[in-house]
Amino acid sequence: MTEEERKRRKREGLQLLEKISMPEQEPEVRARNFKEVPHGYTAEMAVEEAWRCIQCKNSPCVQGCPVEIDIPAFIRAIQEENFQESVDVIKRTNALPAVCGRVCPQEEQCEKLCVRGKKGMPVAIGRLERFAADWEAEQGEAKVPETAPPNGHKVAVIGCGPGGMTCAGDLALLGYEVHVYEAFHASGGVLRYGIPEFRLPKDIVDRETHYLEQLGVHFHYNMVIGNVWTLEEMREEEGFEAFYIGTGAGLPWFMKIEGENLNGVYSANEFLTRANLMRAYDPDNYDTPTWVGENTAVVGGGNVAMDSARTALRLGAENVYIVYRRSWEQMPARDEEMEHAREEGVDFRLLQNPIAILGDEKGWVKGVKCIKMELGEPDASGRRRPVPIEGSEFVLDIDCFIVAIGNGPNPLLPDATPELKVNKWGNITADEIGRTSIPGVFAGGDIVTGAATVIEAMGAGKIAARGIHDYLDGDMSETDWPAFE
Amino acid sequence: MFEIVSTEELGPRIKRFEIKAPLVARKIKPGQFIMLRIDDNGERIPLTMVDHDAEAGTVTIIFEEVGKTTIQLGKLKTGDELLDFIGPLGAYHDMTGGEHGRVIGVGGGIGNAPLLPKVSEFHEQGLEVTGIIGARSKEILILEDEIKAACDTLHICTDDGSHGHHGFVSDVLKQLLDESTDYDFVLAIGPPIMMKVCRDLVKPYGVPCYVSLNTIMVDGTGMCGSCRVSVGDEVKFACVDGPEMRGEEIDFEEMMARQRRYVDEEQCALERYLKEVGE
Repeated sequence: MTEEERKRRKREGLQLLEKISMPEQEPEVRARNFKEVPHGYTAEMAVEEAWRCIQCKNSPCVQGCPVEIDIPAFIRAIQEENFQESVDVIKRTNALPAVCGRVCPQEEQCEKLCVRGKKGMPVAIGRLERFAADWEAEQGEAKVPETAPPNGHKVAVIGCGPGGMTCAGDLALLGYEVHVYEAFHASGGVLRYGIPEFRLPKDIVDRETHYLEQLGVHFHYNMVIGNVWTLEEMREEEGFEAFYIGTGAGLPWFMKIEGENLNGVYSANEFLTRANLMRAYDPDNYDTPTWVGENTAVVGGGNVAMDSARTALRLGAENVYIVYRRSWEQMPARDEEMEHAREEGVDFRLLQNPIAILGDEKGWVKGVKCIKMELGEPDASGRRRPVPIEGSEFVLDIDCFIVAIGNGPNPLLPDATPELKVNKWGNITADEIGRTSIPGVFAGGDIVTGAATVIEAMGAGKIAARGIHDYLDGDMSETDWPAFE
Repeated sequence: MFEIVSTEELGPRIKRFEIKAPLVARKIKPGQFIMLRIDDNGERIPLTMVDHDAEAGTVTIIFEEVGKTTIQLGKLKTGDELLDFIGPLGAYHDMTGGEHGRVIGVGGGIGNAPLLPKVSEFHEQGLEVTGIIGARSKEILILEDEIKAACDTLHICTDDGSHGHHGFVSDVLKQLLDESTDYDFVLAIGPPIMMKVCRDLVKPYGVPCYVSLNTIMVDGTGMCGSCRVSVGDEVKFACVDGPEMRGEEIDFEEMMARQRRYVDEEQCALERYLKEVGE
């Protein structure tokens, strides 16, 4: 690229106040298929968008990234059309770029801090990250960075979700022998069973897993740690010196209202696991059954509620409602997911709350009794508390009801590990670098914090990898381990 | 991959498989279960452990060929492999420690399979075990000899009278309880309706009643809630709280309705499979 052209590109980039839009499937088409919704940037679009980045001095975007990607550097490489270099920069700190480019809430993180966002839209950092990762995939086998020589230490990662995979990747780069244990038959955790194909195609999860395998990470499936092995047995018999527990939030909450065990009522976890992990959306080829009603209501306002509603549409539901007790502005889901759901025809029933599910004589759902809500004073979360309006009850005719109000921590491993301290909700107690009450055992992600985001779990995995490195190969000694009351 | 090291036909459409799964075999206890998946297109199905040999590294399962997956499973032979075999799953319940040292184990149909390791364990622990096992008819009554070996007394029932008492296991159970209620507990395992009848029958005698629930599951690790049952005011997950649990307050009507959730879909999968294999 000539200096003259750089100048022109820079000038043009500055003038663009909006992000280059990303092409996507039309709502009426995509609402009935499981193919990915956005198509991603072309190289031309990516370069044009990259030039919107002014390479500002302080790079506030980096502070917003839980996995510390050198954002200006990877965007700079895209500006110069050095796409391989761009991927290399990202992969120095992030083992799952194709995932993050799709599911991170960039608007709350890197992009929120972008100086271009002060006047106009921030740089589309997420879309550019996705572009770089997808570009590499199109080139064939991904380039494998050189790892440090083996250091002789053996680490077990329990739970193959985004946090565990990040921790495993970072440790492998540092020369550790890393073994990942997963209870399911496939990698990815929530990336596999929770996030639908149309938002995160499963071949991307396979691709990122393959990359970690190439880094030397060993994957073991069908391993319910706690039941198969206790941590102590793994230490003594298998020679593991440190552990990372990232078993996630895997115990669905129900509303505890009448009728919740009627046929046609699902936890979002069940509904999504059937469709995603077990691929029940393709009954001609896969055995796991699923069922969706003509009129399906999803209760909840998070990303999981959006995923459930959009999956219900794709499985053939005529009408899909999202019933949420607060208003649009207070929904915890990403704006993009809410917009996508609305475009596809999901009917948002806001400021309403289910109070009982009604059944027919055969035990199937036939309706849900709701009450209207209004917003009162702010509660502990700072959001205005929804208050029921007396006498406003009504019945919504439905035959399928999906509960997407969150998950608690999965108790299997803590139950089998009595020395592992948990709080009153069952979350593992850990300090800021992931150290738990057992020396050598680190934990992070949803099992510690309660249900949060993919990227936060990845950030925790990264911090713990650094902690494990310090513990096994650095200055931290057993006596530095904090005491937990 | 998990190799099938032996297969045996116990009755029409009822098979016993021994699976090589050393890590599971080392830890699994009576009452716990495994989940298996035959191939990449398959579903995960739960089966309660029937026997295990830690030294040989094998776990024994027994299944009846009733749907697509079990029929496909039944076609596999010694030396074939299963793609996934996950366990031990479920809670282990130590039921010993009662004051009478006497227990009753009731099994119905395919439920005799999970009953076997339980009564064997009770027997080893020195309890006086009375067994009542039943089936529709003699030819589908399984594990009679094995269960007999673990029981001090064994009563046999068939619906058609082809073997033992002509009638239901609950008839014999009632007789026994009428004679004496000095039992630590009754453990009943079988079809939901049988467990419900036994539970209802035992309740007025004041003897604790355990059952083992074979609800629909997807993951078997507490993650989906498909297996949930109402127990009094609570909702329990059969996969992590059970599958064995106290039966007194279980809402069996609800559980039986929930078992019918995928009848149509399962029929479709079966028909598609039978067409595929030309049957």
